[in-house]
Formats: sequence, structure tokens, C-alpha cells
Amino acid sequence: MFELIGVPPAVLFGQLLLGLINGAFYAILSLGLAVIFGLLNVINFAHGAQYMMGAFAAWMLLTFAGIPYWAALVVAPVLVGATGIVVERLLLSRIYHLDHLYGLLLTFGLALILEGVFRSQFGSGGQPYPNPLPGGQNLGFMFLPNYRAWVVVLSLAVCLATWFMIERTKLGSYLRAATERPDLVQAFGVNVPRMITLTYGFGVGLAALAGVLAAPIYQVSPLMGSNLIIVVFAVVVIGGMGSILGSIVTGFGLGLIEGLTKVFYPEASNTVVFVIMAIVLLIKPAGLFGTAK
Amino acid sequence: MDANTPAAGAAGSAAAAPAAAHRILLEVSDLHAYYGESHVLHGMTFTVPEGEVVTLLGRNGAGKTTTMRAIMGMLKSRKGSIRFDGVETVDLPSNKVARLGIALCPEERGIFAGLNVQENLLLPPVVKPGGLSDAEVYELFPRLLERRYSQGTKLSGGEQQMLAIARILRTGAKLLLLDEPTEGLAPVIVQQIGELVRTLKHKGFTIVLVEQNFHFAATVADRHYVVEHGRVIDMFRNDDIEANRDKLASYLGV
Repeated sequence: MFELIGVPPAVLFGQLLLGLINGAFYAILSLGLAVIFGLLNVINFAHGAQYMMGAFAAWMLLTFAGIPYWAALVVAPVLVGATGIVVERLLLSRIYHLDHLYGLLLTFGLALILEGVFRSQFGSGGQPYPNPLPGGQNLGFMFLPNYRAWVVVLSLAVCLATWFMIERTKLGSYLRAATERPDLVQAFGVNVPRMITLTYGFGVGLAALAGVLAAPIYQVSPLMGSNLIIVVFAVVVIGGMGSILGSIVTGFGLGLIEGLTKVFYPEASNTVVFVIMAIVLLIKPAGLFGTAK
Repeated sequence: MDANTPAAGAAGSAAAAPAAAHRILLEVSDLHAYYGESHVLHGMTFTVPEGEVVTLLGRNGAGKTTTMRAIMGMLKSRKGSIRFDGVETVDLPSNKVARLGIALCPEERGIFAGLNVQENLLLPPVVKPGGLSDAEVYELFPRLLERRYSQGTKLSGGEQQMLAIARILRTGAKLLLLDEPTEGLAPVIVQQIGELVRTLKHKGFTIVLVEQNFHFAATVADRHYVVEHGRVIDMFRNDDIEANRDKLASYLGV
């Protein structure tokens, strides 16, 4: 069969695995964006910078404090999530009554500042981060590096856990209801402003977690977020703004499609996501899983 | 708090002072509220004795719904005094007001499309002991049990109204604010809601009801406040309603 399509299986599965890894990052990042947009109505352009901060937090914890990867996996998202909480309290909470555009501009400005600060401190060259799970498995048809398998498994687990929390728990029902009518949910006795603050912190924490996961794969560099975030926004648009399931499915799906494109028509691999976005917007402007508001 | 305060002075001069049968649960005095620049409530003053069903009657735009939202704390800019169970609430955010034991069933019902019937029903957190149990709620509303896994907004209008009322019965709130529960519903459903309101009164709830349907209001309420231009202009005991029918008709323009 593989001879028929003229592609050796190791190449095909290798690219599929790469696609799956990229898809894992797309999924976690667009999930965070979806959660934030759903409740705050803010398009969080600082998401890429917060992903970068997650990677840097892990790197700094290791370099300056000797805190290993496994601890950083928890500590870095908590630290970066806490900075998100400060940002929400100090800045974002003042502009909810304004148009979407102001949230977008504020977070975009924030991203530029954060990236600038990190660039001036650490230079734009990348910092290496040691692989905590070296080695791999020979699956017969391909070689599977342990760390990459871990990234895919953990990302899937985090995405499913987030989906479960939002769609199937009491806390999630507050979130979903507050997305529709925050005033009414608050009038039932729920502290909605605090819920909004924590939700932003959670979304930022998710971005930081993706950053920690990315650190051993990519170089830890100030611009690693801005390279990724544009594709992630395309993923969000394709999945449907604010849709939880949409961001997960679309994230992994587009990663795979990108991988396949690299095998069969490499020239298009950088643009295929945007072509799909254009087609989806033409046919279903609210996105694959979105509902028109 | 000051038990047995007569609920007088609340209404205009035409109203006779009601008998001081119950203590006052809710006391609204000189309440002003604003939507942005526009001044909507101009010194609303009325009292709600514990255990009574009280209606706010008035034409469209008189300020009835705004009064409900102001009591609930959902309006940012409000002045004056709203005392509930002895506690001043005019400066509290709505989640704190709810925690004191006031619950709102909003005019547009506020059923969440993203939640199924059961999630809608269980959404409002229990704020005080003494609310109805889930079993009691389902006994009152068997239809909601049958349809508990349906999307909330897939219910019929009457069922949505029942759901909107049902979900505030389990929270332990003592004061229920029902904003036009009969609006747009078939007569048979209106009758059911009337029975429900009487049942709830019997169970000890205090109820403030916003109504445009005066005939419905007369079947359930103990007293009526007439609202015009953001203030209370008159008050009638339900027993005196026949004697004042003409006056009321002229207020309401019916």
C-alpha cells in the first residue's frame, strides 16, 4: 500500500507524529483561548507570550533554582497563571464594558511588551532545555521518541479533563451559564467577577503548560509564541470562537492535516491551515463547532 | 428587627394603613435608579410584609422590572434604601443580595440554552437552609423530571416559566421576585401559575409579583402597589379591590 502512494511508512508516520505534536499544542492553546473568550469576551492576544512565559518559567526554574521538569510542569503554569490573574484584576477588568477591540489591543500590546522584556533579558536566540524522557520505542514501522509520546498523551488528557470539567460538572455549569447571562448567574449568588478572574488565570495557565511541554522540543526563545499563535488563532476560527470541543478536535485535526500535507505536498504545509480557514469561513462563518450569536 | 411595623406611609394618601399583621420583610424607601443617563426610578417606596404576595401593577415602562432588578442588586447605579430582613442592601452586589435570601425569576425567564433542564434547575446555589428539596421540586413540577435531559430552551414557554420559578425554590430564598410570570402564556398555564403562587404562599414564601394582568393579580395577591413614572402612587388591599375598580382601571388604562 505504501509503495502505491510512493511514501515510505517511516516518513508518513514520522510526519503524522509531528503533526500530532503540533496539534497537541494547537489544541491546548486554542482551548485556553476558547475558555477565556467564552466567559470574558476577550480575544487574548497575549496567549502566545504567556505560552512563551511558561517555557521560560520552566527554563528559569531549572537554571536558577534547580527545579526539574516534572515539578515545573505544575509550578510554571501556576506562576504564569498568577501573572494572568494580576493582569485581569489590574487591566482587563476595566475594559469589559467596551468593545471587543479594546481587549484585543490591550492583550496585543501586553504580548509585545512581554516579548520585548524577555528579548532584552535573554536575547532572541533560543535556550536549550534538556529532554526529561530521552530514548524511544521502536514500533516496527516507526521510531517513537518517549518525550513526544508523553506530550501527546498529556495534552489529550488535559484537553479531555478540561472538556469534562466544563461540560459535565457543577462548576462547569456556572461557567456555561455565565457565558450566556453573567448578570443572572451573579444574581443567583455566584461571585461571577471572581469566577472571571480565575477563568483567565486558568486559561493563561493552560498556555503556560503548553509552553513547559514545548520547552524540551523547541528552543526556549522569546518569539516562540508569536510564531505559533497565528496558526492557533486560525484553529480557533475554524473550530468556532468559544467552542470547547471545537478547539480540541480542530487543534489535533489540523495538526494531522498539516503533517499529511508535509508528506504529500510540502510546499503547502505552511498555508494549508489558512486555506482551510478561508473555506470554513465561506461555508460556515461561525466555525465548525460554533453557533452564531 | 422591628417587628410589627405597620406597612403604612408606603403608598399614597389614598391608601388606608394596612393592619400590622406581619413583620416587614422588605422595605424599599426613596429608591432611585438609573440606566446610564436616564433616571428610571424616582423614589420608589413600598413595604412587603412577611408571608404576603404583593404585586407591582403598572403600565409598560412604569419601572416595575427596574425595581425588581434594583432590589436584586443588578443595577449599578441606585440610591435610597432597600432593607431586607433588617439588612441594608442598596450597596451590595447582586451575589451578596442573593446570599441574604432573595431570588429573582426574570421577565425573559433566563433559561440557559447551554444547560439541560436539570442543570438549569440545579444552577442557583443553595444560599440558606429551608428551601424545597429536589424531590419536592419535582413533585411540584413532574414535567421537569420527565424532560430533565432536554436542552433548557427546548421546553415550551409555559414549561420554561415553570423551570424559571422551580429553580429558585430550592435555594432557601425567603423572598421571591417573580417578574411577569404569566406574560405570553395560554390561559390554562396562567391558571396553573396562579395555583402555584398560592401554593408557594402557603409554604411560607414571601412573593413580589410584577404584573400587567390585573385579573390574574387579583386572584393571588394580598396587596397591590400601583407604579407610575418610577414611583408608587397608590396601594390597595386585595379585599378593597372591588370598591376601587374604577380608580384602578384609570391607573392602568384598561
